[in-house]
Amino acid sequence: MSGEHSPRLPERDRPWMMRTYAGHSTAKASNELYRRNLAKGQTGLSVAFDLPTQTGYDPDDELARGEVGKVGVPVSHRGDMAALMDGIPLNEMNTSMTINATAAWLLALYVVAAEDQGVAPDSLQGTTQNDIIKEFLARGTYAFPPAASMRLIADMIAYTVEHVPKWNPINICSYHLQEAGATPVQEIAYAMSNAIAVLDAARARVEQAHEAGGAEAQQLMEQVFGRISFFVNAGVRFVEEHAKLRAMSVLWEELGRERYGVREARHLRFRYGVQVNSLGLTESQPENNVQRIVLEALAVTLGRDARARAIQLPAWNEALGLPRPWDQQWSLRIQQVLAYETDVLEYPDIFEGSIVMDGLVAELLDGARAEMAVVAEHGGAVDAVAYMKGALVDSHRERLRRIEAGEQVVVGQNRFTETESSPLTADAEGGILVVDPEVEAEQIEDVRAWRAARDQAAVDAALDALAAAAQEETRNLMPATIAAARAGATTGEWARTLREVFGSYRAPTGVGEATAAPADEDLAELREQVARLQEKLGRRPKILVGKPGLDGHSNGAEQIAVRARDAGMDVVYEGIRLTPAQIASSALQEGVHVIGLSILSGSHRELIPAVIAALRDAGVSAPVIVGGIIPEQDVAALRDAGVAAVYTPKDFDITRIMRDIVELLNADGAAANGAAVAHSAASASSAA
Amino acid sequence: MSGAPRAQGAVGGALGIRLRERDLSAAPAALNVLESSTDEDRAQATALLEQVSPAALGGEAPGHVIGVTGPPGAGKSTLLSALLRAWRADGQSVAMLAVDPSSRRSGGSLLGDRARIEFDPHDRGVFIRSTSAGERLGGLAWATRAAAHALAAAFDVVVIETVGVGQAETEVADVADTVVVVVQPGSGDVLQFLKSGIMEIPDVLVITKSDLGQIALRSRRDASAALRSLGSGATSVVAVSSLSPPHGIDELIAALREHRAAGDVAERRLRARRSNALSDFTHEHGERGVRSLGGRRAAERLLSEQKPTLDTAALVAVLEARAGGR
Repeated sequence: MSGEHSPRLPERDRPWMMRTYAGHSTAKASNELYRRNLAKGQTGLSVAFDLPTQTGYDPDDELARGEVGKVGVPVSHRGDMAALMDGIPLNEMNTSMTINATAAWLLALYVVAAEDQGVAPDSLQGTTQNDIIKEFLARGTYAFPPAASMRLIADMIAYTVEHVPKWNPINICSYHLQEAGATPVQEIAYAMSNAIAVLDAARARVEQAHEAGGAEAQQLMEQVFGRISFFVNAGVRFVEEHAKLRAMSVLWEELGRERYGVREARHLRFRYGVQVNSLGLTESQPENNVQRIVLEALAVTLGRDARARAIQLPAWNEALGLPRPWDQQWSLRIQQVLAYETDVLEYPDIFEGSIVMDGLVAELLDGARAEMAVVAEHGGAVDAVAYMKGALVDSHRERLRRIEAGEQVVVGQNRFTETESSPLTADAEGGILVVDPEVEAEQIEDVRAWRAARDQAAVDAALDALAAAAQEETRNLMPATIAAARAGATTGEWARTLREVFGSYRAPTGVGEATAAPADEDLAELREQVARLQEKLGRRPKILVGKPGLDGHSNGAEQIAVRARDAGMDVVYEGIRLTPAQIASSALQEGVHVIGLSILSGSHRELIPAVIAALRDAGVSAPVIVGGIIPEQDVAALRDAGVAAVYTPKDFDITRIMRDIVELLNADGAAANGAAVAHSAASASSAA
Repeated sequence: MSGAPRAQGAVGGALGIRLRERDLSAAPAALNVLESSTDEDRAQATALLEQVSPAALGGEAPGHVIGVTGPPGAGKSTLLSALLRAWRADGQSVAMLAVDPSSRRSGGSLLGDRARIEFDPHDRGVFIRSTSAGERLGGLAWATRAAAHALAAAFDVVVIETVGVGQAETEVADVADTVVVVVQPGSGDVLQFLKSGIMEIPDVLVITKSDLGQIALRSRRDASAALRSLGSGATSVVAVSSLSPPHGIDELIAALREHRAAGDVAERRLRARRSNALSDFTHEHGERGVRSLGGRRAAERLLSEQKPTLDTAALVAVLEARAGGR
């Protein structure tokens, strides 16, 4: 075959950047992990921060309890960042940070850590996730109200495009939307609408600094557009998922040309990194997740025209708990086999001219454009948060319904469930990483020692300057943020300073907007049972659904809330980030019959007993059930603490959970007429 | 806990006494009893209400019962958060009953308002209870009315919050001393409802989001003009902004206080008790029951002859005795 007609590329493509989302316990432990991962052939870093760092609290804050070092590394000050990056040359590394509400702060710490290494900001490469709208919609680690959050994002974009030009200041995330139940059309439409909100805010910022409509502003806006990258998801329906990415690149180019007047081809390219789907990973027969991950990786690598720039793959055991280094190595090896053993990198785009692929893309584009128009009618992505959240809760409910009904097959979960026992989970800890509970105490001590050793006057002055800058709408917050990082301020101090200026915020829960349930035989029977229970209790069964701690993954809690409503119960759901005292106070005042708690961050061992103690102190005797990623070996301890039932991802049939609740309340004499009666009757007789 | 004292209404009675003695911690258990429909709890509820009736209190309950209604999205929750802060700063104890009307259709309900009202969980001077409207049509749940009366014995302020315009404030007017309607700028439909009589004239009209400037100013002017054209100069119109720095909250609190001071609370509550008694009776015995009393007007006459200290339940009993006697 002559070269001219060869279906091959003249030269094999370079592989995408390979990362592993990692970090836990302490900066030092995470640094060791990063160095080992790099030695194994990983080509970039992906930093996972713990929830206190993500939401702007120091390890010694009341809200940080149980969460320090759990789902990521705690970084409280420049010393932690220096330890995290110790021995890693920051002028060569490409670092992605999953950080949003506090992104400006963590970037500042990174810039200062680079200074310490003698590296100038203009040679830094990497990404801050920095997408706040999806935090309101799906992930929950927001800290400030929408307008102030959008300002911080615009400030970062305007600052980095001039001073840290190789940095991607924001990753527009569709990843978390799919995790929250988005259909491909919703994933495309909401991500693009989100991008429009961000770009409009950035344009306003750029035009404040440079004459609006002038050549300089336009030039800068081209660069801004070129710096925006995406963070997407890929599910197991990998053909359609690939079409989704092609559709996104069409829309992105269109948006650049038409709305922002971008002309240069290199700025119009749709650039994305990917973490493939975790929502579809199962707790039962978890080894099947390996195949799922491989197939999902194909969605983002097969077609050259819409191939990922950077990939990180989840581990096979994510539905069980936190993955260990070995589990993550397995996922890295999947990428390496795909890139170095297979031939995917040897061809031009293999779907070019495919009628099926073009048809799928056209279908998705139609749907996405229509949905984007609906978001625009709501006033754009920021104002449409409640609408989009409600739509996601609805989609997720439909997905669960199909799985429960067997219409959507999940191998090993609702079909082919017979199994041998797995040697993978046979070790004492059940095949997961357990963070040493001593870590929290160590970090508390560490941050207190840090505060005691620094130049307090310099920190106070820097935080005052930050507050002053925050009060002036037109000032860019990045210089004051970097100055505070340099002076030795902590994550909690930076966030508290801004909270005092901006106020705090509670995002819509989406459950109020969820539509009524479709008619369903199973549900009708359940309603009948609930109605009978109501007669017995004298009131409609009332459930409090609560999310203690900083964990913002609210899908599970939302689905329980909506299903309980559909079953005919009264549901009190107050959203995420509640303290044990808040949960106890609500349970008492509302007179609920049962309390459901959801935790996915691994902090259940600390937080669940704390909530139960607060409830019993308040005189609430109602039973408590718990759902979330709860390792098998923790169940007994929770039951000992007084939990009536524990549900994990393998309990996918929510109607059955509802039936259990009805049974529990039927059996529980104390629940008859409510949590507080036992307490009040006791007080009444003592008063008499 | 034996069954015996409950059967005699001792638990309900004790809760009523605690409320009368302004023991705020009795509120959750009192509500559990008042919301229940079992025969046993209904007996407890009757005993409870007896202890907080005007007869037992030696007059009307001291709390100010304020009904707050308005269309969804008008900013009621933000407004209530600001009011709650101001009342608490002033040392007033506050109970809030958030009524969700959506449950009438779906059976179950998602009680979300609690999430939107900011409060300190350690503050014992605040009580918030969300409640579904229940199956009963054409009025607030019986339990909500009873709860408002009972809580007014213990708390300085009792707020009943419900969504809607048109039917909602009429229902709330049956129990509240002061009715507040909350609208946002540009809600011309609310003014149309007012003018056309679909909506009762509120005691206080609040226009939120006054930080919106011109449009808020215009809304305030339009509302005042509409009220004047209805010959209702007595209604205060207050513009508030809950965005920081919040403003209008003190003015609103003053307007609420003035309304209460100006109106005859005892007279209004007496009227409400009598009209509630008749509607409770009708709900229970139907139009046939009303005919057996000699018709609606005869029933109203009978009620107006009763001692003013009788509570709703006692008035219903009077009607039932008369109907049974015929």
